[in-house]
Amino acid sequence: MSLTTFSLKKSIWVYHLSTGSCNNCDIEILDCLTPKFDLERFGICLVGSVRHADVILATGIVNRKCLSRVKRIYEQMPEPKLVVAVGACACSGGIFAKGYNIAGPFDKVIPVSAYIPGCPPKPEAIIDGVVKLIQSLDGKLRGKR
Amino acid sequence: MNEIPLALISFLIFPGFLFTAGVGLFVAWIDRKLTARLQWRVGPPWYQNFIDFFKLMGKETILPSAAHRVTFLSAPLIGLIGVTLVSLILWQMNLYPATSFLGDIIVVLYLSILPSLAIIIGGSASGNPLASLGVSREMKLILAYELPFIIAIFTPVVIIKDIRIGSIVSYQIKNGMMFSHHLSSLIALIVAFICMQAKLTSVPFDIPEAEQEIMAGPLIEYSGPPLAIFKLTKAMMLFALPVFLITVFAGGMRFNGIQAFFSVIKYLIILILIVLVKNTNARLRIDQALRFFWLRMFPLAIIGFILALIGI
Repeated sequence: MSLTTFSLKKSIWVYHLSTGSCNNCDIEILDCLTPKFDLERFGICLVGSVRHADVILATGIVNRKCLSRVKRIYEQMPEPKLVVAVGACACSGGIFAKGYNIAGPFDKVIPVSAYIPGCPPKPEAIIDGVVKLIQSLDGKLRGKR
Repeated sequence: MNEIPLALISFLIFPGFLFTAGVGLFVAWIDRKLTARLQWRVGPPWYQNFIDFFKLMGKETILPSAAHRVTFLSAPLIGLIGVTLVSLILWQMNLYPATSFLGDIIVVLYLSILPSLAIIIGGSASGNPLASLGVSREMKLILAYELPFIIAIFTPVVIIKDIRIGSIVSYQIKNGMMFSHHLSSLIALIVAFICMQAKLTSVPFDIPEAEQEIMAGPLIEYSGPPLAIFKLTKAMMLFALPVFLITVFAGGMRFNGIQAFFSVIKYLIILILIVLVKNTNARLRIDQALRFFWLRMFPLAIIGFILALIGI
């Protein structure tokens, strides 16, 4: 394992991207950063600019207004980049799957590395998803090269 | 012939770049850990900042199309060189006070502005509206804190009537700590401490970087190695500036016998004070910060300066 991969696993900076979600998943994401769950002990930080981020935590259906912005934000992110879809809407469209204004779910628009289902997923589920993502990182990064 | 390799070693390894960077990243961890404990969290492990640095070094560097290429990429290096030189000069004067040269305190003052200047240069070169907002705030903040800071630092110079860091240190070795013997120095220390908080852009004065309003401010377009260097510069400042205050006001950093223990304790007290102030305050607006520094800190610094002129 190279130093870069090792340090990427230990220090994941996440960017929180909401594309027309009902705010439920977003609140659960913020819950992970509170004293009870404290993601900073694993080196996971919430950053404000997508240029600093390693992982996009994506919530919500991708509606047509958001489509171009989602693509642009994904392109603005520096390599190596990963996307985690949080919540039923982001994974599959949820109850809005047949909606007239849906352009997603996320994996139709940008490559998604991990899915965390639930409406909303519990903070434990989000942490579990991120841990699984970290465990799979090694092979994924090697495959990309 | 021996001087050039020796100078290179002292610049690159001890007490220059490697030493300052290592200790700086470590004390930045103390900052994060203390913050976490104050918020009843567990906090990151001790190597977290090193890992963050290596991770950013391995990431892609994106050049925004609106950015000026050379300025954008060289700005972080300017700040890094500035803080390395500050630390180098300070430690050289602390370990060997006899090598002090005339006016080195002015050199340190000027070089310690370089990291802020680098943020201004880099931010304005990145061509982002939020970055330019942060840059304008940073400029105003520099205008606000720099005057009281310089006056406060010059108070001990007036007391001992010598403009060398080395002679300030040797005066304190003979007569005890500056701030416990002179009222003027105590006032100056308080002013310099609050100005240092602004110099480090930590919380009551983190107006340029204001995460919740303008994302990361001037750093918003930076990614990968340049961002890593900015983070490193900030961590090194967290080490170098308290050492500057200790050198000028609190007896310097000495490492003979029991003094080594006291030096570390002095540094830790200042660091813990910084973190406590950071965690118990809310961010000021830029106009409030300007008013605070010009109408509160500046007269206080002047009072200290006049007391020093009288000789108290």
